[in-house]
Amino acid sequence: MRPLKRRRRAQRGSDPAPSRLSYRLQRLALTPAVRRGFTFGVPLAAIALMGTLTFADEARRDRLFAWIDEARAKIESREEFMVRLMSIEGASDRLAADIRELLPLDFPVSSFDLDLAAMQDAVRTLEAVEEASLRVRPGGVLDIRVTERVPTFVWRSGEELLLIDATGHPVTTIDARIERTDLPLLSGIGADRAAAEANEIIRAAGPILTRLRGLVRIGERRWDVVLDEGQKIRLPELRPVQALEQVLAVDEAQDLFARDVILVDMRVPRRPTVRIRQEAAETLRQVKMTELGDD
Amino acid sequence: MFDLYRSQRAMRAMRQNAMQRGVVAILDIGTSKIACLILRFDPAPAPTDGVGPMAGQSAFRIIGAATTRSRGVRFGEIEAMHETERAIRTAVQNAQKMAQVRVDHVIATVSGGGPRSYGLAGQIELRGAQVAEHDVAEVLSACEMPDIGPGREVLHAQPVNFALDHRSGMNDPRGQVGDMLACDVHMLSVDGHVVENLLHAVKRCDLELAGLASAAYVSGISSLVEDEQELGAACIDMGGGVTGLSIFWRKHLIYADAVAMGGDHVTSDISKGLQISLSTAERLKTLHGGVVATSIDDRDMIELGGETGDFEIDRRTVSRAELIGIMRPRVEEILEEARARLDVAGFEALPSQQIVLTGGGSQIPGLDTLAPRILGQQVRIGRPLRVAGLPEKATGAAFASAVGLCLFAAHPQDEFWDFDILPERNGTRSLRRAMRWFKENW
Repeated sequence: MRPLKRRRRAQRGSDPAPSRLSYRLQRLALTPAVRRGFTFGVPLAAIALMGTLTFADEARRDRLFAWIDEARAKIESREEFMVRLMSIEGASDRLAADIRELLPLDFPVSSFDLDLAAMQDAVRTLEAVEEASLRVRPGGVLDIRVTERVPTFVWRSGEELLLIDATGHPVTTIDARIERTDLPLLSGIGADRAAAEANEIIRAAGPILTRLRGLVRIGERRWDVVLDEGQKIRLPELRPVQALEQVLAVDEAQDLFARDVILVDMRVPRRPTVRIRQEAAETLRQVKMTELGDD
Repeated sequence: MFDLYRSQRAMRAMRQNAMQRGVVAILDIGTSKIACLILRFDPAPAPTDGVGPMAGQSAFRIIGAATTRSRGVRFGEIEAMHETERAIRTAVQNAQKMAQVRVDHVIATVSGGGPRSYGLAGQIELRGAQVAEHDVAEVLSACEMPDIGPGREVLHAQPVNFALDHRSGMNDPRGQVGDMLACDVHMLSVDGHVVENLLHAVKRCDLELAGLASAAYVSGISSLVEDEQELGAACIDMGGGVTGLSIFWRKHLIYADAVAMGGDHVTSDISKGLQISLSTAERLKTLHGGVVATSIDDRDMIELGGETGDFEIDRRTVSRAELIGIMRPRVEEILEEARARLDVAGFEALPSQQIVLTGGGSQIPGLDTLAPRILGQQVRIGRPLRVAGLPEKATGAAFASAVGLCLFAAHPQDEFWDFDILPERNGTRSLRRAMRWFKENW
C-alpha cells in the first residue's frame, strides 16, 4: 500500500508538480488587477514614498524652495526681461504727466514684476482716459497707448466749470470759460446726463450758432436755448430738435430773432408762444391805441 | 432528476460567464495523461477568403497548452485524489504560464464511470397549435425517466429527434403546426461518485467546473467528419485505461459506451510477459510495438535493458515478433469487446457503418490491418480536427478528446436543461386535476 503519510523530503526532488502555494501565487500574479498593480502601482508607490521621505525633513524642504526662488530670481533679473522706459502715446502732456504720477515705477524693473492688467485698470480710472492698452515692447519699453476723451461741452455746475465729453463723462476742470471758448456751454443740474441730446440740439442750431450762448437744463427734463441779447427758446421734453428746427424755419422766413422777441416757448409744440419785450409791447399798444383808439 | 436539472443549469450559467470573460480551460483527465488547453474566445472571427470558418472552431483560439503524465487515475476514474490534484495543478500551471492568463473556469471530460446510454421517448398533444419553445421543453420533460440505478448521474440528455404527427427526423420543430409532438432523447449516465471526485479534484485546484462531457462523445466530435456524423459512424477512442465508444447519427450522439481496457493493459502485458519494468515496457511499446508480424520481425532483436545489475537479466534481447505476439491478443481483445458493444447497440442498422479509431492507442503500427478483420471494412484511423493555435505536439490522435472538448465548449449541443422547464407547471396541473376530481365526485 502507498504510504499515507507524506514524506516531504523525498518527494520534493522528483515531483514536477508545483506546490499549492506556488500554484496559488502564480495564479495571483496572473490576475489582471495584480499585474496592473505591479506594473504601475508599485513603481508609483515607490516614487511617492521616496518623495515623502525626502521632503519630510524641513531643512531639506527649505533648501529646495530657496534654490527654486534663487533660480527664479536669476532668470527674472536677466537683461532680456528688464524694462527701462515708459512711452505714452495718444495723450496730452498733462494726461501723460498724470499717468506717470499714477504709475510710480522706478526703472529698470523686470517685466515679470509688472502687473499689466492692474496697471491698465489704474490708468483707466483716470477721468480723461477713455481706453488704455499696455504692453512691453522688445527693447525694454513699457508702451502705453491711451485714447483720450474729447471734451465737447463746458458745463457750469454750481461754482465749478467742467469739461465733459459727448457722453457726459467729465474730462477735466477749467478755471475760466475763457479758456475754452470754442466749446458750447451747458448749465443746469443733470445737463451732463443729457449731453447726447444737447449735442444734437447744437448740431441742429447751425444757423444761430454765432448767437448761441449756451443750453440750460431745466428741471432735469428739458432744454432752454439761450441766445445773446437775452433771447431764449424753450424746447419741449420730447423731440426738442424738431421743435428747434421749427423755430429756425420761422426765423429764416420771418427773421424772428431780429425782432424784439425775448422768448419763444415751444414747450407745447402745437401751440408755440412768442413773448416780446416790455417796451416793444408798450409801443405796440400805443400804436394800436393811436391807430384804433382802443385796445 | 430535478436536482440534476438545477446543477447542470448552474454549470451552463458558469460556462456562459466564462465565455463572456473570454477565457476557459479544457481539462482532459485521462488515465495516461492530463491535458490542459486554454481557449480564448474571440467576439468576431476574422473574415477569411476562400473556405470560411469550419464548424465554428474559428471563434476560439488555443493560447495555452500543457500535458503532463497522469497520476492517481485508473480506468479514467480518480483513484488518489491528492496525486491527481497535483497532476492537474502541473498541467494548469504550465498552460497558464504559456497563455499568460489566469483561468478560473474549466470544462472537463469524464472517461470512466461506466457510461450507459438510454433512449427516451416522450410525446405531448398540441391540438393544432404552433410548436413554441415551451412545448419543446414540455415534450422533453414528458419523457419517462428510466431507472438508471442508484448512485448514478445523468451526464448528457440530448434531444436527438423530434416528430410532429407522421413527420419524423426533425431537428427543430419550433414554429410548425401539428397535433402530436414527440421526441427522442439520448441520455448518458455515469457513476455519480466518479463525477463527484472529479468535481472535488477540480475544486481543490481553485478552479470552477463550467461543464462536463463524456470523453467518448467529444472524441467523436473531433475525429468524425461531418458526413460521417450525418450518415452514421462510430468513434472508438483507444485511451490509456478506457476505450470509449460513441455512435453518431444525424449529427447527434445516439450511443456511448466504454470498455475498461486500454493501452495500459497492453503495457502491463508486456511487463508481465517479458519480466521488465512498466516504464521499460511502455518504452518498448511506443518505440517497437505493433500488431502485425512480418518475417523480418523475427530477426529484429530488441534490447530489453534493465538496471538490476544482473548481467543475465539486463542484457536480454527479445525479437520484435515476440513483442507483437504479446501485444496483439490484447489489442484484439479490446477491439472484439468494442465490436460486441457496437453489436449490442445495433450499429448494423445504421445506413453507413464507418468506424474511426482514435486516441493514443490507435497509433500502434499495423492497427489499420488488424482492425478491419474485427470491425469490418469501413475502418480508418482518425486524428482530431485542426483548431487554431493548437501546438504541433498536441495535434496527435491522443488529443482527440481534448480537441473535441474545445469544439464542444464553443458549440455545445442543446441539452435537456437548456430549455426552461417550469417546475410548477406539473404541480399546478396535478392540483387542477385533483380539484376537478373533487368537484365531479362531491
